[in-house]
Amino acid sequence: MNGYLIAAYTATWIIHIAYLSTLVSRYSRLKREIEELKKK
Amino acid sequence: MKKTFPIFGILTAILLSCALYQALVVAPTEQTMGEVQRIFYYHVTSAWTAFILFTINFVASLVYLIRRNPAADMVALVSAEVGIVFCTIVLVTGPIWARPVWGIWWTWDMRLTSTLVLWLIYVSYLVLRRFSSSGETPLLAATLAIFGALCVPFVYFSIWFFRTQHPQPVIGGGGSIDPRMMHVLLINWLAFSCFAFLICWSRYRLEKLQREVEQAQAMESLTQSSRSPR
Repeated sequence: MNGYLIAAYTATWIIHIAYLSTLVSRYSRLKREIEELKKK
Repeated sequence: MKKTFPIFGILTAILLSCALYQALVVAPTEQTMGEVQRIFYYHVTSAWTAFILFTINFVASLVYLIRRNPAADMVALVSAEVGIVFCTIVLVTGPIWARPVWGIWWTWDMRLTSTLVLWLIYVSYLVLRRFSSSGETPLLAATLAIFGALCVPFVYFSIWFFRTQHPQPVIGGGGSIDPRMMHVLLINWLAFSCFAFLICWSRYRLEKLQREVEQAQAMESLTQSSRSPR
C-alpha cells in the first residue's frame, strides 16, 4: 500500500484520538473537582 | 438516554470500520493517481463535516445573539471545537495527497490559503473563549463566529472564482466521478458525520457539566466568604 495513503489515514486517526484523549482528561479533572465539592 | 449513547457509539464504530474497508478495498483504484487517490475519502469527507459544523456554529451563534440562550452558546462552542479538529485533518491530509500528485506539499493558491485562514479564524475563536475572562466573552465569540462563517462559502466557491491548483468539487463542479467512488465517498461521509455527532454529544455533556461545576464552586466560595468572621 502507498506510503502517503498510510500516512494520511494514520494522521487522521492520530488527530481524532488526540482530541478524544483531551476530552477524557478534561472529564477526569471535572470528576475530581466534583468529588472535592462533595467533600466540602 | 443512558443506553442511547453507547449504542450509537458502537454503531458508529461499526460504520467507521465498514467505511474504512470500503475506502481501502472496495473503491476502485483511480487510473492516474493510483492508490494515493484513496486519501480523497478522508480528505473530502472531513472538509464537508467541518463545513457543516462551522455552519452549525454560525446558526447557534446567531441564536445566542438574538436570544442569549446559554444552550445555543454551548452548541456554538462545541461545533467550533469539533469543526477545527476536522479542518485540521483537511489541512494535514491535503499536503500529504498533494506531495505525490502535484510534486509539492503546499501552494499559496486561493483554496488552500482560504482554508488555512478559516482554520485560523476558528482557532482564534477558541483562544478568545479560553483566555478571555470578560462576562461578554460569549457575545464577542458569537460575533467573531458570524464573520468566520462568511469564510465558509468563500472557501467552497474559491475554486470557481479563482484559478487554483485544487481540483473542482465532487458535487456541482462539472466533473464526473465513478458511481462506485461516489458510493464509497457517501458511506465515509455518513460514518464521519455520525462520529462528529458523537464527539459533539460528548463534548456538549462535558461543557454542561463543567458549567454546573463552576457554578457550584462559585456558590461554595460565596457561602464560605459569608461564613468567615469579618
